[in-house]
Amino acid sequence: MTDTAPGTSPLEERSSPGAPPPVEVRGLVKRYGELEAVAGVDLTVKAGDVYGYLGPNGAGKTTCLRMMLGLIRPTAGSVRLFGRDPQETVQALDGVAGFVEAPTFYPYLTGRRNLELLAGFDGGDAGDRIDQALEIVDLTDRARDKIGGYSHGMRQRIGIAAALLRDPKLLLLDEPATGLDPAGMRDMRLLIRRLADQGMTVLLSSHLLAEVEELCNRVAIVRTGKIVYEGAIADLKRGAGATYRLSTTNDERAIAVCRAQPGIADVRVAHGRISFAADEPAVADLSQALIEAGALIHSLAPQTVTLEDLFFSLTEGDGVVNGTVPAGDPAPAEASR
Amino acid sequence: MSSGVGTADTTRLGPGVGVAGRSRSRPGVGTVYRWELLKLRHQKRTYLGLGAAAIVPILFVVAIHFRHHRSGGGDFAFASYLTKSGLVVPLVLLLFGAVWMFPLITALVAGDIFASEDHNGTLKTVLTRSLERWHIFTGKALATATYAVTAIFISGTVGVIAGSIQSGFNSVQTLSGSIVSAPKGLELVYLSLLVYLIPIGTVVCIGLLLSTITRNSAAAVVGTLMISLLFQLIGILPGLGALQPYLLSTQFNAWQGLLRQPIDWAPIVRAAWVCAMYAVPALATAFLVFLRRDVAGG
Repeated sequence: MTDTAPGTSPLEERSSPGAPPPVEVRGLVKRYGELEAVAGVDLTVKAGDVYGYLGPNGAGKTTCLRMMLGLIRPTAGSVRLFGRDPQETVQALDGVAGFVEAPTFYPYLTGRRNLELLAGFDGGDAGDRIDQALEIVDLTDRARDKIGGYSHGMRQRIGIAAALLRDPKLLLLDEPATGLDPAGMRDMRLLIRRLADQGMTVLLSSHLLAEVEELCNRVAIVRTGKIVYEGAIADLKRGAGATYRLSTTNDERAIAVCRAQPGIADVRVAHGRISFAADEPAVADLSQALIEAGALIHSLAPQTVTLEDLFFSLTEGDGVVNGTVPAGDPAPAEASR
Repeated sequence: MSSGVGTADTTRLGPGVGVAGRSRSRPGVGTVYRWELLKLRHQKRTYLGLGAAAIVPILFVVAIHFRHHRSGGGDFAFASYLTKSGLVVPLVLLLFGAVWMFPLITALVAGDIFASEDHNGTLKTVLTRSLERWHIFTGKALATATYAVTAIFISGTVGVIAGSIQSGFNSVQTLSGSIVSAPKGLELVYLSLLVYLIPIGTVVCIGLLLSTITRNSAAAVVGTLMISLLFQLIGILPGLGALQPYLLSTQFNAWQGLLRQPIDWAPIVRAAWVCAMYAVPALATAFLVFLRRDVAGG
């Protein structure tokens, strides 16, 4: 056991500069017989990140989160939370809270009683935080009702309250907004944003790409158990390159010009519109070339790349988004021309 | 705000608050045990089991009352004494309760205590707090044992009270034919209940095993009862007499050694090791399965 400086808790020491990252996953594999639910996942969540874990249904997100929380054993690979392995000791979960799938409670106990039970299971001063946690999730008035009578949204919120009892530095949330009405989703986003603004590291899995784009600074995109991208959303978009749409007086000639022009990549035609990827100087050269070729420009406009575009390209396409580097690839993929 | 989160200042719960400079007291088996008892107090099946343990002796005494007026007596141990001393009632209940009543009452909680957590999905909730898995297993096992002890002693005590009201708090005849005073008889009744806890403890362990493995409350409760009945069945099959001393069902009669003069300790000692032979592997298997299992449901 490491020595701790006087007045410094082990948890504080674990989150000080130079300390291990909140989440470090290396080569994580989970097999169920022939099925490989998680196939060699590597990811790192740094202190202060709001990290989105994205993937379609069955991609292995929840399985991965369960391994992070020590609920299931990896077939291979390792998980470290603040440098500790949750499979070895429950102390690895100190300062870590969250839930996988829907948060679950004892339906025959009241909301407050459930929180008291969990605070008892947390030890320390978790019990002192019950009132404030209930206040934060706006359930003070319903705290004395049995959880069996709670709506889905209320259960999600008391799940957050239960997580806050642990005074977490790292919050692991599996689809926290699933099943909530629009107002509930908005409020859940606000809560996560507030917690993140106070320095809490958050890892959340989600199907809601707009939510992830709004909340998260970094993402991992998983496809059939494998990470196809890990890094900053900004890098992902930058890596995707700028795309443009083009319409001319002679599109056939314009396509030929685009394909022949240096710096123009990924030339496609869809619904009568030409699209391509390029940087600004190449676009300027292209417009000159088009005029010289007699294909006069009707419109030439940059297109905004959304996380949704990138997500579908990575999870349904060939895993390459206009030059984006899939996780694990040694060199940038060459865009098709 | 009706659907969303409140506006309370989350900085009060922010990272590091309440942790700095404090030594975090970690929960253990005692914490789990106390909360498991509280959870049992809020579950209908607990009252179903304890209620049955209390009501059956009363129904039995009512039946004795009417039967006495018709014909009286029976052909089982203590039958002729049923109307002479209320102390005989709990002993007769121990005799007949071994077939299915007490195993079922025990299995109601033992078979459910892990399986219901799987069913509700709450296992993942408690396993992501600050408790080691062995804390949770041990606390649950102790709470189940406490429930079983409570059920047996409720049944015995209600039997003594109801029987005494019906037949009087009188001296009782032992299986050796000697007569013991009512206070001595009461002592023997409670000692018998204690000895009865040996095979009941085995039923607890079997219930815990099935609850852990099947992850299905109904299957574990019925399975525990079926195993208990299976032992009864083996005991009455012709040609299997040599197995009789080693069957779980036989150990439910070990308390009768206390009602002989001098006390016959042999069946009690045998009950202890035979029951351990069944209970220890069952409990150890349940423990290891619980420690190593993937919690993927819920």
